[in-house]
Amino acid sequence: MADKKSVLLVNRHPPYGSNMARDTLDVALTCGIFDLPISLLFLGDGLYQLLDSQNPKSIEQKSLQAMLSALPMYDIDQLYVCAEDLAERDLTPAALYAEVKVVDAARLPELFQQHSTVLTF
Amino acid sequence: MRFTLVIQSSPYSQQSATTALRFCKQVLAQGHEVYRVFFYGDAVLTANDFNAPAVDETGLLKGWQALQQTHQLDLVVCIAAAVRRGVLNEHEAGRYEKKGFNLAAGFELSGLGQLAEAIACSDRVIRFGGAHG
Repeated sequence: MADKKSVLLVNRHPPYGSNMARDTLDVALTCGIFDLPISLLFLGDGLYQLLDSQNPKSIEQKSLQAMLSALPMYDIDQLYVCAEDLAERDLTPAALYAEVKVVDAARLPELFQQHSTVLTF
Repeated sequence: MRFTLVIQSSPYSQQSATTALRFCKQVLAQGHEVYRVFFYGDAVLTANDFNAPAVDETGLLKGWQALQQTHQLDLVVCIAAAVRRGVLNEHEAGRYEKKGFNLAAGFELSGLGQLAEAIACSDRVIRFGGAHG
C-alpha cells in the first residue's frame, strides 16, 4: 500500500440512466476541494461518461460535461481507462472528451496498489 | 482499523441496505473503529423518521439508531441528496418553507465535505448499494 494518502475512484456507471455517475463525480470534485490526491478510473459503461458531444437535454437531464471539464481545476488530472473496455465498445482515446491514460486490464491491480484508498462506485 | 461506510442503497428496496447495517455491526464487534457512516443517494431515505416498516421486517432506522446510541456513531446524511428527497431537519424545513421536518434522531445533515474528510482519515472506505443493488 502507498504511504501517502491517495484515492482511486472507480467509476463504472453510464452517464445517464441513474444518478450514479453524477454522484461519483460530485465525490471526486469534493475530494479535490479538500486537496486529497484523486485519480479516476473509468471502467465498463463508465467510459461513456467521457464521450464528447453529449446532449442529454432530450431526456431532460443536465450534461455531465460541466463537471468533467471542471476536474483539472480541482487538480484531478489522472484519468484512467481500461484498454479492453475501450475495445469492447469500439472506442479509441481520440473519441473521448478528456485526456486519459489507457491501462491494460492485467495492469489494473498495479493501479489499485498505487493508491491507499480505492473507492468503487 | 478505521472504517468509513458510504451507503447509497434505497432502504426498503435493496438488500445492500441491510448488508451495510450488518457489516457495520460486525466491524464494531471485531473491535474496529467506524469513523463515519455517510448516507448518500437514495440511502438518505433511511433517516426519514416517518418510515413505518411492518413489524416483522428489519427496521433499518431503529437498527442504525440503536447502533449509534451504543457506539456514538457519526451518522451523516448528505444534505443535497436529502433535501431533494424530502428528508429535512427543522432548519431546512424553515429554509424551504415546508410544513414539517423528519430527520430522525441520531442523524445529522451535512455536506459531501464530511465524506471527503472521512476518506482522508480512514484506512478503509466501503461502499454499499447504488444503481445495481
